[in-house]
Amino acid sequence: MPLVRNGAIAEDRFVRILDDMPVPDGLAAIVPAARLLADAGELARRNGALGVLWPNDRNVSELTPHLDRLALVALVFPNFRDGRAYSQARIVRERYRFRGELRATGQVLRDQFLCMLRAGFDAFEVSKDADAQAFAAVVSRYSVHYQPAGDSTPSMSMARLSRARPAAVLAEMPRQD
Amino acid sequence: MTAPSQQKLKVQGAAVITANRLSDGAVVYRTAAGAWTTQLADAAVVTGTQAAKELLARAAADENIAVGAYVAPVDVGADRIEPGNLRERIRVAGPTFSLPACIAG
Amino acid sequence: MYIYDDFDLTLVAERVAEFRDQVARRLSGELNEEEFKPLRLMNGVYLQLHAYMLRVAIPYGTLSSKQLRALAHIGRRYDRNYGHFTTRQNIQFNWIKLSDLPDVMADLAEAGLHGMQTSGNCVRNVTTDQWAGVAPDEIEDPRVWAEILRQHSTLHPEFSYLPRKFKIALTAAATDRAAVRVHDIGLRLHKNGTGETGFEVMVGGGLGRTPFIGKTIKPFLPKRDFLSYIEAILRVYNQYGRRDNIYKARIKILVHELGAEKFAAEVEAEWRNIKDGALALDPAFVADIAARFRYPDYKALSDNPIELKRARAADPKFEGWFRNSVTPHRTPGYAIVTLSLKPEGAPPGDATSEQMDAIADLADRYSFGEIRVGHEQNLALPHVAQRNLPALWEALDAVGVATPNVNLVSDIIACPGLDYCSLANARAIPVAQELSRRFKSLDTQREIGRLHINISGCINACGHHHIGHIGILGVEKNGQEFYQITLGGRADENAELGALLGPAVPYAEVAEAIEDVVAAYVELRERPNELFVDTVKRVGIEPFKERVYATR
Repeated sequence: MPLVRNGAIAEDRFVRILDDMPVPDGLAAIVPAARLLADAGELARRNGALGVLWPNDRNVSELTPHLDRLALVALVFPNFRDGRAYSQARIVRERYRFRGELRATGQVLRDQFLCMLRAGFDAFEVSKDADAQAFAAVVSRYSVHYQPAGDSTPSMSMARLSRARPAAVLAEMPRQD
Repeated sequence: MTAPSQQKLKVQGAAVITANRLSDGAVVYRTAAGAWTTQLADAAVVTGTQAAKELLARAAADENIAVGAYVAPVDVGADRIEPGNLRERIRVAGPTFSLPACIAG
Repeated sequence: MYIYDDFDLTLVAERVAEFRDQVARRLSGELNEEEFKPLRLMNGVYLQLHAYMLRVAIPYGTLSSKQLRALAHIGRRYDRNYGHFTTRQNIQFNWIKLSDLPDVMADLAEAGLHGMQTSGNCVRNVTTDQWAGVAPDEIEDPRVWAEILRQHSTLHPEFSYLPRKFKIALTAAATDRAAVRVHDIGLRLHKNGTGETGFEVMVGGGLGRTPFIGKTIKPFLPKRDFLSYIEAILRVYNQYGRRDNIYKARIKILVHELGAEKFAAEVEAEWRNIKDGALALDPAFVADIAARFRYPDYKALSDNPIELKRARAADPKFEGWFRNSVTPHRTPGYAIVTLSLKPEGAPPGDATSEQMDAIADLADRYSFGEIRVGHEQNLALPHVAQRNLPALWEALDAVGVATPNVNLVSDIIACPGLDYCSLANARAIPVAQELSRRFKSLDTQREIGRLHINISGCINACGHHHIGHIGILGVEKNGQEFYQITLGGRADENAELGALLGPAVPYAEVAEAIEDVVAAYVELRERPNELFVDTVKRVGIEPFKERVYATR
């Protein structure tokens, strides 16, 4: 499964640790949420970057005591329609100011890239190779956004106010006798 | 409210596999040769749950031609196949009233 | 009307390009149906019984004549020469090809129209009073707020994959013409004790399988907090709304299961985190959106001009239409004219491309180029000089949209039902057609008075049967169409859900049963202007039940 990070296909330096598997020292590792909460102290003492795989039905506020020790938070999209992790991403990025890697995992297809990017994700475990290849083209499809979100793109409302009023493009109302 | 494709499959009597054509949404039926036809008369007719399931499985795998395949009941007469319920009659014959553009002439 | 600028046009054009690519990927097999379905739904594309259906948004029910002509063009070029106006300020085309849809979207985009978020589990087209901006009883134009919400929710990165669809409606008038209490969020603009204007926020209303009247969770929300508070509601819903069962996924179930107070507390807690952030509304931003709404350059005219007086005195047919279909305007000398899309024997809400073109021309001539679409599935011309009413009436009559039955028993709201819809269990349109024939006499209709009949072909309730004075719900029993009848529902500021009359009646008997209900009402009412719903409230449903089931 290709990984897209910071807009380009990248090698995944993290290994996934399942349940109670030992966490090898010196390697970047992603542990399950339960493991992080149970073994936080021990995990903090090892060498190597630490990431967590956080399920989409668990409140991300539980993450706050650990965030400054985490290099990565992976959130989950169990299927295309389940959008809980978009909210989690925005809270982790915008409220908790997490600056590490925020990774989208699960069913990750090109048609979600832009929403994910704007919600604050910067890494994507993409389900299809062709989608990963198309990443740059897909996320530049829109040059304007109405609303402010977790990314740095200006919202249309702010952009509008920062320039002189443009001429209306569609016809004005006709005059009447 | 529950589309036929989502209902538990139990087929008594004769049935066909129907779907909508991907490109334009037209009502189509699965033929014995594994193609799709817009003519109910040319549809493959099966009897019983097992045969319907098998035909449905093959038809559903062909979703790049026709989507939402499901089993529809039919009444088989001496020389023709008739849709087996009101929904299927409407799919064959269109809405049960004149379309507005026709009323307005 | 709202005037698109280059930002709006760019976004819609980029959406068309994206959709063109998605359709191409589906047709080539690169996307499977499971992957494509949510993408097409987010653009308003359904697969129905006979073909694809496209639902186009008419934000807050306001159309320019150019836009109405674009809709006529879509009907003519890509469909079967007509469109169907829905109960949520949308129009649907029933016979569209998937392969044509990118071009359809491109043609619509040229007129500033689109199908974005008219389906799918996202914030749907934000609706409001079809008389917004011209109604004498409103405190300000609610479309400004609907537009702010439209923009904010369009392609929202966080709320495009909600547990289920999400409908928001706004009203700013004393009389609620937008049915805000049966929406996921209902917003009522009003003034508080100190004279400040803000919003009453209602949440968890809705129809469908489990109908609820919305509960007020914020009696007064200052304008500044409009977006942040709605964002907080959506965020709570997105995280905690049920996703295990499609029938329990709407916000109304979450509100019901948590209780309105607990739900409100969750929203408050979330809101405290974001209320002073990027979504706090800058008055300059609101003013900028408001400035994009153009209002006609009304002339100084007085009410009741001689042309109108003469026509009313001379022609009883005109007088009948005037009294039924013409409503006071807030500007002297002007009127709001409702165009009935419910002529005898016709499918409710349908208009042919020729009718749409003709109405667009009449709008240019008599209504400053503006047309409105209401949830009752009728159209309106919102700015007609009263002196032009006689000429307009003749022109409307010539295209078949001057039936003076607005708000009467034959002004029936109906969903497409089993004749088109893949979800339906029973037909709705033929029931409406039969009722409109049985009640075709205008004298009889006037004698009956205001009466709303709503028909849905399944429990999803697109015909809003729960809030019809008389509601008719199609169900299927052993392969036959049956209809449940409910009485006493209403959609307005005193919104209520109807009560079930009794066992469902078969298709062949439903029109007669409704005639019995209406006859019973006429006998039971205390005075001619006692509303049907008030009679039901006063006497209960028993007398109606006796009348309908005595012979069945």
